[in-house]
Amino acid sequence: MKREHNGGITRRDLMIVGAATAATYAFPKVAYGQANVEAPASGEALKALDASLKSEVSFTVNGTARDIAVDNRTTLLDALRETLQLTGTKKGCDHGQCGACTVSVNGRRINSCLTLAVMHQDDEITSIEGLGTPDDLHPMQAAFIEHDGYQCGYCTPGQICSAKATLEEIRAGIPSHVTADITGPIEASDDEIRERMSGNICRCGAYSNILAAIKDVKGQNA
Amino acid sequence: MRAFSYERASSPQAAAQAAMARDNAKFIAGGTNLLDLMKLEIETPTHLVDVNGLGLDTIEETDAGGLRIGALVSNTALAADERVRRDYGVLTRAIVAGASGQLRNKATTGGNLLQRTRCPYFYDTNMPCNKRAPGTGCSAIEGFSRSLAAIGGSDFCIATYPGDMAVAMRVLDAEIETVDPDGETRTIPIADFHKLPGETPEVENELRPGELITAVTLPASVGGRHFYHKVRDRSSYAFALVSVAAIVNEDGTGRVALGGIAPKPWRDETAEAEMPNGASAVMRRLLADAKPTEENQFKVPLAERTLAAVLSEAKG
Repeated sequence: MKREHNGGITRRDLMIVGAATAATYAFPKVAYGQANVEAPASGEALKALDASLKSEVSFTVNGTARDIAVDNRTTLLDALRETLQLTGTKKGCDHGQCGACTVSVNGRRINSCLTLAVMHQDDEITSIEGLGTPDDLHPMQAAFIEHDGYQCGYCTPGQICSAKATLEEIRAGIPSHVTADITGPIEASDDEIRERMSGNICRCGAYSNILAAIKDVKGQNA
Repeated sequence: MRAFSYERASSPQAAAQAAMARDNAKFIAGGTNLLDLMKLEIETPTHLVDVNGLGLDTIEETDAGGLRIGALVSNTALAADERVRRDYGVLTRAIVAGASGQLRNKATTGGNLLQRTRCPYFYDTNMPCNKRAPGTGCSAIEGFSRSLAAIGGSDFCIATYPGDMAVAMRVLDAEIETVDPDGETRTIPIADFHKLPGETPEVENELRPGELITAVTLPASVGGRHFYHKVRDRSSYAFALVSVAAIVNEDGTGRVALGGIAPKPWRDETAEAEMPNGASAVMRRLLADAKPTEENQFKVPLAERTLAAVLSEAKG
């Protein structure tokens, strides 16, 4: 195979090496721009390639402004845990199926594993660390402790963020699958709470106690 | 996940141009389906065009008495809209039957239409799949096909369209508005939007390269009682085995579309004319061309029974 040497490495070399040992190289294994695959990977070109794969983004987390530079692939979950060292938010399935990564963005709960950090410029993010502290628990945190709403605790931060949002969504009149009359007010019944919490899986099966905790907080607000 | 470059688009046309300007670029809105597939390297775009900053997030009344739903309106916002709950109940019911609260907060109206199949072989990159890797064959036809299409498939693919929202939009005769890189706009009836697999299952919809969905419009309310019944393996947060979106009028006439059973929302207006004669009369026509596999033949009687339940509830 003919290889044009430029600084000792061509882009094709880079791709081949990258594909074999992606984990140990900072460069991506992707063919960036199919038309340019054969272009020599000069120092400048590599720098430009590398720069195009990263972005800067600014948002607030739990009220604090944060400016970070991340690989574009970084999910909001990984930005919170790895870049910002806020490890309260948990990675479970990493595919939006378990809810362990639930956080609030601009007042709405989402799966932080299925969104990119760079997509959140100027957004307001609240993670479990922003709800309360050990000395000053959020009522939902206190209720989970009171009702033993967990066993291993891994899904708990996501459950609590989701539980708080569940009551807010009911109060805001957002209908659910079990809402009998979608044009009327919504009662925070057991069925409504269960349905709205279905995106949060608990392997230990603490569901009945989680329901009790949420009902307790609902009662406090009533 | 493969590496990619990223940009935020400044206008719908600029977004379309940005997507057209590069090979292998994709739009990203909610990202809940695309990022899942990117993590599995089923989708491997080398450039993402973020359309979240384009506005397109309002629901406005049209001159025709209907609604124009911006492509970036979230599933939650659409389901909760007072006008949708009042006049298009089937749409609210369909949306809240899908996914989880977290996903509905992020998923968008435009993106949801483009949701890709959940066929297990599409998801398994070790297996042949004509949709994911054209020409490699279909593993599903002789494989695990319980969740897959009983009608509308081909020898190349029997994947189902997995969404709920679009099934309701099909009975509502929604139309999809787009813009292309030249700034040209067009309107595509939802009946024509999703494609049957034929010999090219990788072509899933009518969109051309670079073309961006900007809105979905609903005609004026047609009244009637609205239903969305979804049958699934668990009572929440699961894809449909069969779903029925229906509008039933006082005199027994109405409209019906099926989800979970075909590569696109499944409706046939001539079958609908049989609604006053009951569920079996409708299904005899609507599913006349069904070619189920041994594993999913249960869907044919299940669809009829689900419609029968809807019609019974409408009478009661």
